[in-house]
Amino acid sequence: MSTSSQPLALSAGTPHNRSLSAQILDVTGLDPARCYQCGKCSAGCPMASEMDLKTHEIIRLLQLDMRERLLASESIWMCLTCETCTTRCPNVFDPAAVIDALREIVLRENPGLVPRRISAFHSAFLDQIRANGRVFEFGLVASYKLRSGALFADVDSVPGMLARGKLALAPRRIEAIQDIRRIFEQCAMERPR
Amino acid sequence: MSRIGVFICHCGENIGRTVDCAQVAQAMGELPGVVHSVDYKYMCSDPGQALIKQAIKEHNLDGVVVGACSPHMHEKTFRKAAAAAGLNPYLCEMANIREHCSWIHEDRAEATEKAKGLVRFIVEKIKYNRPLSNIFIPVNRRALVIGGGIAGIQAALDIADGGREVILVEKESSIGGHMSQLSETFPTLDCSQCILTPRMVEVAQHPRIKLLAYSEVESVDGYIGNFEVKIRQKARSIDVSKCNGCGECTKNCPNKKIPSEFEQGLGFRTAIYVPFPQAVPNIPVLDRDNCALFKGRAKGVKKQVCGKCATVCGRRAIDFDQQDSFITEKVGAIIVATGYQLYWIGKEQESEILHGYGEYGYGTIPDVIDGLQFERLASASGPTGGKILRPSDGKEPKKIVFLQCIGSRDRAKGMEYCSKICCMYVAKHTMLYHHKVHDGKAIVFYMDIRAGGKGYDEFVRRAIEESHALYLRGRVSSLTRNGDTIRVQGVDTLSGEPVSIDADMVVLATAMRPQPGITSLAQKLSVSYDLHGFLNEAHPKLRPVETNTAGIFVAGACQAPRDIPDSVAMASATASKVLGLFSNEQLEREPLIARVDRQTCTGCFHCERVCPYGAVERFEVKDRKGNLIKVIAEVNQGVCQGCGTCQATCPSKSIELDGFTDEQIFAAVNAL
Repeated sequence: MSTSSQPLALSAGTPHNRSLSAQILDVTGLDPARCYQCGKCSAGCPMASEMDLKTHEIIRLLQLDMRERLLASESIWMCLTCETCTTRCPNVFDPAAVIDALREIVLRENPGLVPRRISAFHSAFLDQIRANGRVFEFGLVASYKLRSGALFADVDSVPGMLARGKLALAPRRIEAIQDIRRIFEQCAMERPR
Repeated sequence: MSRIGVFICHCGENIGRTVDCAQVAQAMGELPGVVHSVDYKYMCSDPGQALIKQAIKEHNLDGVVVGACSPHMHEKTFRKAAAAAGLNPYLCEMANIREHCSWIHEDRAEATEKAKGLVRFIVEKIKYNRPLSNIFIPVNRRALVIGGGIAGIQAALDIADGGREVILVEKESSIGGHMSQLSETFPTLDCSQCILTPRMVEVAQHPRIKLLAYSEVESVDGYIGNFEVKIRQKARSIDVSKCNGCGECTKNCPNKKIPSEFEQGLGFRTAIYVPFPQAVPNIPVLDRDNCALFKGRAKGVKKQVCGKCATVCGRRAIDFDQQDSFITEKVGAIIVATGYQLYWIGKEQESEILHGYGEYGYGTIPDVIDGLQFERLASASGPTGGKILRPSDGKEPKKIVFLQCIGSRDRAKGMEYCSKICCMYVAKHTMLYHHKVHDGKAIVFYMDIRAGGKGYDEFVRRAIEESHALYLRGRVSSLTRNGDTIRVQGVDTLSGEPVSIDADMVVLATAMRPQPGITSLAQKLSVSYDLHGFLNEAHPKLRPVETNTAGIFVAGACQAPRDIPDSVAMASATASKVLGLFSNEQLEREPLIARVDRQTCTGCFHCERVCPYGAVERFEVKDRKGNLIKVIAEVNQGVCQGCGTCQATCPSKSIELDGFTDEQIFAAVNAL
């Protein structure tokens, strides 16, 4: 974890009920104080090598109420929600749910903090689901590249993927596409973005 | 002519791997006086012992030598086997060819030769062994307990309830010790006074406990079963037989501003005082150093300066001229339960190995207190009535920082050990603080959380999860004054974040140290102690409450940092040891002790001067008419530990150690 130049001044003394921890507790029913920093979550995390803050560090910053650092962190967007951390936590804590809650807080309070490429990917992904009920890889790639501007990233892997049949040329829509659309409509009503 | 049997053990592979046991047995068989010599896989096993018993009978052996492991391991086993076959057990000896040979050598041929030498050594020695019989010494079935804290109270009550008399000596004017100062106790948060004071009263009322408060052990003589202890009863300036504890004297004492030791300096007491209302015995003591009358006397003022207490005392119990008195008690066992004191971070330290904390201001920053002071603040009977208030200005601290491992685990300050109880009491303090200051924030700096114990870790988790104490991992680098707050500079090593806190109050969990004066007491008792003054147990695992001096036991924090449950468990363990000892009217012990030849002893008493145990006494040889012929040395059979120093010193060769006489040793040495 990188250290900031200013020492953490616990002098601000945010009362516990107004801390980020308290917000997480409201959303998830989980109190970050529960974590005793054993690190088993980070040890099993498949994305750990890609994260600037590892899973246990995210929880530690929560305990220290370091709101800005946490909400601006890319790591909370790296999580694949595979829930290995949650499955293995000895304290019956749920880091995956906490990270998810952190994302929601960012989206609600300051969506500009979401990294552009990550935001692009999520939007592209959801567009695919909305349109076809499943992912149409070619469309996903195209949509992501247009949104992110990373036009030529990973192009060298295209021939291989084509050869192995990983990239279909036309989308295949699922039968119950109407149900999927209803889900999207309902979500949009409940949580306007 | 001797008829000696030699038995060589392979100890499985332990000896057999390096030593050719069969060859050793064969070589020993050829020695003069050896009539039987064999080797066997496991001599200590039942069939192995049967071999010895059978050979004693068949060959009519008058000596048995077992070449095997250390005598520490199996001498008793083989002597018992020999005795079972009708041989005097002291005619059976061991040659150590395992620890002294096979385990430390690699070359088989050389190791075998060495083993032969070691066994031959004992064969030649045993030719001069004499049959010996065990010694019996009487037991005085009363116990002395030194220290009236929770450990001493528990030990005294257990022994007294077991039917034996106990003398409980406490140096302060009341029993109760540190536990009486605590507010609540982990991990159950039950009130310390509520569970302790009934036990204190029980001590005072027990028909078999003689409580000597405000007393100290002056000297100890004797040995297990027969100690003679001189006890100094310090002058209270009060006739204990007259005082009924009404409290008029303390109420009327004009000097009311003396910092109270019981309140850790956070409250005041009078010059004539009882340390706390539940004191047992409830009899005041006059602090002569702070009494106006005694100060006046010291200055040589003719007129009596004060004396108010004596005027108001309806029972005329005040005695300004009382002197220390001495009593002697005879006991069979002694339990040491003198407890602990807290390390202080100041610049002046009482020993060279200790150092203070300059980085924390050497104890000069206001509102930096220690754990016991916090206990008094949190205690309903304390100086603030249970309110957490800063000593400097009486304000309620809204941000309080607890620092663990102050002194402990700190080689630079001279205490590399863990004080064991601090993790738990700090967690308790954060809870008490949370209960009393709802809008306050408790922050703890720790290195590790050591919460081994039933319900302990759960307790610490409660402090963190329910009382929302913020635990930061790391040691604090400095404490400095910052206005009326304390600037705490630290780092949270879990996040790598430097931390700077302006705290209203800082509580230091300072290290536990043995009581002052422990080393001089230990020397009186011949009990060894470590670098820090903690008393040494006889064996860290298998004899945890015994000491190396037979009949003296240790309980509680005088042996190592201990919490209440540990201290009580140890105390009960010592009580069970003492009651076990007292279940015998006599003690049986090995006869391997020094013996004086009364014919040749000239009474020079060189032996008396060199004996480390004080076992040499003076014996008057008289004729039939009672005229003194000479004074010679005599060995106290209970005290002698068989070290042999006297034997080496005696110029007339009149004192010898049974089992290790000069004759035996010379014969053995000549065999090499």
